[in-house]
Amino acid sequence: MPKLEPHTYPAIAFDGVSKRYGATAAIDAVTLEVPHGQFVALVGGSGAGKTTLLKTINALIAPDAGVVRVEGRPTAEVEPPELRRGIGYVFQEIGLFPHLTVARNIAITPRLLGWSEADIAARVAELLDLVALPREFAARKPDALSGGQRQRVGVARALAARPKVMLMDEPFGALDPVTRAALGEDYRRLHETLNLTTVMVTHDVMEAALLADRIVVMKAGAVVADDTPRALLAGHADPDVAAMMQTPRRQAERIEALIHG
Amino acid sequence: MDERVAAAFALLPDYLGWHMALSASALGLGILISLPLAVLASRFQAVRWPVLGVASFAQTIPSLALLALFFPLLLALSSLTKAWFGTTIPALGFLPALLALTIYSMLPILRNTVAGLQGIDPAAREAAKGVGMTPLQSLFQIELPLAAPVIMAGIRTAAVWTIGSATLATPVGQTSLGNYIFSGLQTENWVYVLFGCAASAALALIADALLGLIETGLGKGDPRRWLTGGLVLLIGIAAGVAPLALHSSKPAYVVGAKNFSEQYILAELMKYRLEKEGAVVTAKEDLGSSFAYSALRTGEIDAYVDYSGTLWANILKRTDNPGRMAVLAGLGTDLKTRDGVIVLGTLGFENAYALAMRRDRAEALGIHSLDDLAQHAGELTMGGDLEFFSRPEWTALVGAYGLNFKAKKQYQPTFMYRALGSGDADVISAFSSDGRIAADDLVILTDPRGALPPYDAVILLSPQKANDPRLRRALAGLVGSIPVKAMQTANYSVDRDADKQTPRQAALALAKVIKR
Repeated sequence: MPKLEPHTYPAIAFDGVSKRYGATAAIDAVTLEVPHGQFVALVGGSGAGKTTLLKTINALIAPDAGVVRVEGRPTAEVEPPELRRGIGYVFQEIGLFPHLTVARNIAITPRLLGWSEADIAARVAELLDLVALPREFAARKPDALSGGQRQRVGVARALAARPKVMLMDEPFGALDPVTRAALGEDYRRLHETLNLTTVMVTHDVMEAALLADRIVVMKAGAVVADDTPRALLAGHADPDVAAMMQTPRRQAERIEALIHG
Repeated sequence: MDERVAAAFALLPDYLGWHMALSASALGLGILISLPLAVLASRFQAVRWPVLGVASFAQTIPSLALLALFFPLLLALSSLTKAWFGTTIPALGFLPALLALTIYSMLPILRNTVAGLQGIDPAAREAAKGVGMTPLQSLFQIELPLAAPVIMAGIRTAAVWTIGSATLATPVGQTSLGNYIFSGLQTENWVYVLFGCAASAALALIADALLGLIETGLGKGDPRRWLTGGLVLLIGIAAGVAPLALHSSKPAYVVGAKNFSEQYILAELMKYRLEKEGAVVTAKEDLGSSFAYSALRTGEIDAYVDYSGTLWANILKRTDNPGRMAVLAGLGTDLKTRDGVIVLGTLGFENAYALAMRRDRAEALGIHSLDDLAQHAGELTMGGDLEFFSRPEWTALVGAYGLNFKAKKQYQPTFMYRALGSGDADVISAFSSDGRIAADDLVILTDPRGALPPYDAVILLSPQKANDPRLRRALAGLVGSIPVKAMQTANYSVDRDADKQTPRQAALALAKVIKR
């Protein structure tokens, strides 16, 4: 994608975006802007439209109405493969290719972009360091790795072509709590140091509150709340949103009580 | 080593080479056509059902029939290409066998490729999209490699089927391991039949094992395994086919033979006479009765022996019987004006269709002629060779004598004589030059109404070689020089169980009898 004047436009902008499946609206006229460098968590119950909204950003789903812009440019104007090569994507089910080695998996987008083999090899080594995996993992197949290691490879693959925008669909959902927390914190650091814009779908409000700068709550395809974690934890007019934000708060208080009680 | 086993081994390089060349190219072509078709079928419902339906349908056609059906098809195509481009395409031999086997190999490849591609985890396909692959990149880098083990399993099945069915290429004039089986069946040479089966089975097992190595190699992502498997396979095919290329001096003449002992012997005899003239000759054997004439007419074979009555009834579609000389004269002029085929001359004996019975049975019932037979037909079982009941001679017999048998059964000629011996059949359609008539003490029933035409053995030459001096010189010496006794002796030496001769040996013995 040709680079436009930086920060003249928001990194991602939704303008009246809708998607229907039969009679039900998966997303219903969503308008939203994500500025550069922000970490946004999309939360809500299952079927709320979080993943559908996320997938309109890299054109895995084409909206029926409205415009999605990435770096100011309507995604409908870009060839989908070209658009996706410029956006990092971490999959819900990790989505590593089982027949390719770790190195080949990480190098997949650079190779599609026609990088030289030397550049690719250097980048793979750099990325393994970045996601804290030993370099000898490069030659292994995904099935020889643990779940957490595999998702680190998934993150490395998404970062490989140096995207500025990262999309994550329940990236840590299948991991045990310890791995999940460690990976979340590591990723948040990468988000800072690489100056990324991140949109993460999660059903875990605690995770959203701890990692994101901003939480967007969806219900039945519409945005029902959109604020900082701090503001939302303090309470919300919508009773469902208030109830949802209560859970992590109450848990934190009980843990606090356990430690000090 | 047994003499027959040694003889079988001597033929192996040629038969095996052709068998491998045929099945490898059919399988290769099958893969080339099936893979793209399967990819389309896996993506578009509208393509899937027609493609799989047609392939399944083709699979239900008996493979021998599928091979045979390509003959008239190619013959028709050939006349079209001749009209449009001035070139003909061969309707016998490699091409029809290749096409039929290719179609036969396609179903398992199509089915497994479609199943393999549809069975891919949708998450992998979405991941390929998500990292920025185009549909083609996704197909080649992700989907086909992931489906490879299932696809290879289909290719293995296809390979085993193709190698087995390739034995059926023999009757359409393509040399294969089936030559052992068909000629062995005809001359009751069970060593040949077993040898052909064993060779074909061994070839199929080896190919299956090597393809299996490739399959597990692809499944485990182990390049050493699939490279080894592929390399050994390629070297094996090259080594098997090499003998064909080494002595592939293009034959100057091709002599044809239908599918029974007398024809094999006469083909060997013509081959021997031509070779004495210094010519390179090959024989196309086991041609179906009507294939042989078409093959001659289109120049795929240069000479073969047919019988006047057969040509009269089946080619000229005549139902009258004007007498021996008139039939011969009619053939000479009509075949030439119709097809440009030359009747070089008669060999000197008749191989007539005749109805035969065991002597004891015929005497017990008092049957001497077909008129007598008609009286008893209602209590008797008639055994015919595979084509007899669909031939015009049968219609003529039924018309003239009103034959109405209790039952009719069809046999391979060899087993027809056995059926007469065991009492499974009471009357059979025999050939008057068959040595088994004398050996089995059979009686030929007379034909007082002259329903059956004469069957003088005649040498036919193709239009293309009609004026070839060497061919005419080599075969002219055979005209009028084989008495029926000599032919019966030669036939029996091949058909009998003890001290069995090969058709080549019988031909050489017959050559000694011929004065010129």
